[in-house]
Amino acid sequence: MRLYWEVAVRGFRRYTTYRAATLAGIFTNTIFGFMRAYVMLALFDAVTEVGGYDVADALTYTFLAQGLIMVAYLWGWWDVAITIRSGDVVTDFYRPFDYQAYWLAQDLGRALYHAVARGIPPFVVGMLVFDVRLPLSPLVWVAFLVSIALAATVSFAMRFMVNLSAFWLLDYRGPGRLAAALWTALSGFAVPVAFFPEGIGAVVSLLPFVALFEVPVDIFLERQSGTGAAGALLFQAGWALVLLAAGRWMLAAARRKVVIQGG
Amino acid sequence: MADLPAIYLRLISARIRAQLQYRLSFLLDVLGSFFLTIIDFLAIIVIFYHLPALAGWTLEEVAFLYGTSYVIFKLVDMLIGHLDGLGDQVQAGQFDMIMVRPLGALFQVVTLDFGMRQLGAVLQGLIIFGLALWRVDIDWNTGRVLLLAQMPFSGALIFASVWVAGHTIIFWITRGREAINAFTYGGNMFTTYPIQIYGAWLRRLLAFIIPLAFVNYLPALYILDKPNPLGVPDALRFASPLVAVIAAIVAWRLWNFGVRHYRSTGS
Repeated sequence: MRLYWEVAVRGFRRYTTYRAATLAGIFTNTIFGFMRAYVMLALFDAVTEVGGYDVADALTYTFLAQGLIMVAYLWGWWDVAITIRSGDVVTDFYRPFDYQAYWLAQDLGRALYHAVARGIPPFVVGMLVFDVRLPLSPLVWVAFLVSIALAATVSFAMRFMVNLSAFWLLDYRGPGRLAAALWTALSGFAVPVAFFPEGIGAVVSLLPFVALFEVPVDIFLERQSGTGAAGALLFQAGWALVLLAAGRWMLAAARRKVVIQGG
Repeated sequence: MADLPAIYLRLISARIRAQLQYRLSFLLDVLGSFFLTIIDFLAIIVIFYHLPALAGWTLEEVAFLYGTSYVIFKLVDMLIGHLDGLGDQVQAGQFDMIMVRPLGALFQVVTLDFGMRQLGAVLQGLIIFGLALWRVDIDWNTGRVLLLAQMPFSGALIFASVWVAGHTIIFWITRGREAINAFTYGGNMFTTYPIQIYGAWLRRLLAFIIPLAFVNYLPALYILDKPNPLGVPDALRFASPLVAVIAAIVAWRLWNFGVRHYRSTGS
């Protein structure tokens, strides 16, 4: 356990060194947040309610989503695939740790750093300019933080599998982009799933992608309170377990392949 | 002076040939780029599912903005999007190599790569643009045809100027890359919506100081015969070519200023 803790701490620290990059990223996430907020304002200029969101909900959603971008980290994490391509992965297999747990620990450390350094500033700036909603109950805040941790875990589990596909496909960027397209469209990032036509929205809400954005945002907006919020967290945790297990199964298949090829 | 167009074609055709060696991964890359970008239009459709017009613009009219923005932006991305790697090159000391060669620094950075996969994004932009042209009623006349025909050229020049001018900050802030995204990729998003929806200060900055309004919005006001709600002179609807040339001159000067300021990282 101690080892994974240390790995997580290093994952966190690795990103703290790049201050200018962090500031540059905050700036861009915030500018995009403003553009998206003005699109929402134009929408709510014509209607008062969409899929249960009012204008304050929509603005809150916008800046939460912008803040969660780097937690979900959907568009450019190839750390595992790069070691597969270079062959370094084989030495990692022989090291005395659980391969998936090692990467999970490192990625959760990273996600914590990004949640704080890249998540809070765009939201605070958005809060100063637009009328956003803040939950009053401490319980909602606790549920929200747990939900973010689970979102990071689900996100890792999915990225891990896409990275592992490099064992079978020569190139990982194409499959990565296709996966990123699915994530972006169905997670509630591009537009809230609550805005989808009802039938489509109901189906999408059952898929694991909503665990990345829609679920944490809905908890923050208190669209699910009490047992509803607990159910939402269970939904995320369930998908986290299923996807991590699927990743382990893929990893086992990849190991057999490496052995067959003679390492 | 070396024969730049010939050198350019030679270098770029080598890059393209290299990318076509892996057929399957090239195909997946183009598909990925197609789907990853068309999501932005799906989001627009979801918004229009709830209302007939956004700030007085119908879905078809917004599709006109979206299509023109994406086709032009992604063509520029294909040609020079790899300027995004400039920070890494400076960091790794590779820019020193560029400085000692007998060709312009910008020319060399631009010929380092060629974003073939952007064909997917260009294609989805073309499809949406085609649908828009088919569904929108345009009262065609010579002026409208000419205005539409010049859009790819001035639009590309403006987007390219943003890319080049933006990247001059790399010579001061090596890791500043992500801030430039707000104006390049952000400029793409900004121009997919009618810009009257944006707040005043954001509009002033991105539409006029950085002249993104001239890419498609202002010409579209005339082509689609829309009112001019921003109160800017009507003549500006036709000013895109002039603005694009000015933008290019400013960007070129900024770039040269940045290159002169360049100090090697010494690594």
